[in-house]
Amino acid sequence: MHALFETLLAHGPVVTDGAFGTMLQQRGLPVGEPPDAWNLNHPEVVTAVARAYVDAGSAVVLTNTFGANALRLVDSGLADEALAINRAGVELSRRAAGDRARVFASIGPSGKLLLHGDVTEDELRAAFAAQASALAAAGADALVVETMSDLAEAECAVAAARATGLPVVACMVFDSGPDRCRTMMGDTPEQVAKALTAMGVDALGANCGQGVAGFVPICRRLRTATTLPLWIKANAGLPVLDGGRVVYPEGPVEFAARVPDLVAAGACFVGGCCGTDPAFVAAIAARLRGPS
Amino acid sequence: MHDLTPLRHAIVTGDAKSARAVAEQALAAGHDPLQLVTGHMAPAMDEVGRRFQCNEYFVPELLLSARAMKAAMELIRPRLAASGQQPIARIAIGTVRGDMHDIGKNLVGALLEGGGFEVIDLGANVPPERFVAAITEQKAQAVALSALLTTTMVAMKTTIDAIKAAGLRERVKVLVGGAPVTQRYADEIGADGFGNNAAEAVAVARRVLGVPA
Repeated sequence: MHALFETLLAHGPVVTDGAFGTMLQQRGLPVGEPPDAWNLNHPEVVTAVARAYVDAGSAVVLTNTFGANALRLVDSGLADEALAINRAGVELSRRAAGDRARVFASIGPSGKLLLHGDVTEDELRAAFAAQASALAAAGADALVVETMSDLAEAECAVAAARATGLPVVACMVFDSGPDRCRTMMGDTPEQVAKALTAMGVDALGANCGQGVAGFVPICRRLRTATTLPLWIKANAGLPVLDGGRVVYPEGPVEFAARVPDLVAAGACFVGGCCGTDPAFVAAIAARLRGPS
Repeated sequence: MHDLTPLRHAIVTGDAKSARAVAEQALAAGHDPLQLVTGHMAPAMDEVGRRFQCNEYFVPELLLSARAMKAAMELIRPRLAASGQQPIARIAIGTVRGDMHDIGKNLVGALLEGGGFEVIDLGANVPPERFVAAITEQKAQAVALSALLTTTMVAMKTTIDAIKAAGLRERVKVLVGGAPVTQRYADEIGADGFGNNAAEAVAVARRVLGVPA
């Protein structure tokens, strides 16, 4: 195990953070505006979100850089700002974390589909390399390649992340197929765990796509195919529209109730994805501390 | 008479090269182009959709089959046109305003093309007036609206409202789909068709446009 992870996990599983995007939307981020842009336009709000997570007990806090690759930022005319957005993302989370939490920098998908010819592998590699090196130069403790649907794209991002020399977490979305246990491209947890392990990541797992209950069997299946630490970040259920308002149906109590199952299934890093907030982190932290 | 099982097989297995080669042979042997499409290729895509529905196929297989279908259609379409057959319909597709996600939209676009429709791709983050222009200027008979985010799917309603305000609602069919979209939401905003996933799109488009399968 990577030395950083050994330190972090020395006393058992740890809590990471919750969502950034949905938290920023609650704080006024307009629909359609990339959350990453707020690293430059509203840095105090981004720092406040990260600080709220650290205050709630996050041992690891991510960065607001999920969509800060040039391929994605070009849609909103911000491709030229990619490096500044990534650098600021690390700095803001670091400011919030101080020495209370580690800063793992987020690298999300390009939003393009290789197999459809939307983008080439070379373009992916270049965009991820630029983002990963900016995050590393800004002082991230580790890189998290997250919310990937396609192993081929994940491989491009992982290679870029590993080239920085930082420890790398990679996690994918399982939301398809029978029991929602496969990626969009049809890969099973076992196939994903084997493939990511072979790519040389330091931890791997699953995030987004569904509520926490579905993550228990996925985690168990990942565990059978790798010895690496497992990283789990579930949604607060799947969003529904309620009278024009977006609502995530699951709360911190329901989420935290599944934490012992996740830990029994092998989870080492537990946190939340879309729709989760500091209350989820506090509930998870309490459950990890308490008798399970 | 040629055995056309290989044409069906090539499409079901996503083998574009063979699909094109077999279609070429079949046309050279005098097969009716329309019969090739309705009797062999469309049923092959239906089988692909069935396999997707029951989780035998996933997105890569869907895309490969759509590509094989398209490769054969490229040979057949000019013959259909030459024999006076109308292209089945023109559909303008786009991800609604505020939403940058285009993977789902691209998948549906590829499948609709594979299903023999003419597809105008309006891209992502498409403002309502652009959909309206596709109806008035590009003569789209249907518009297909995509959204990945719960927060952006409300722009589907805005788009339908804009089509209504332009006085075009009666002459165009509206299809909606995307991760957060449900039949209930589709009914609420007055869409004509909803597909739960990309594989359903072709059947839904045929149904609402009155195109025989």
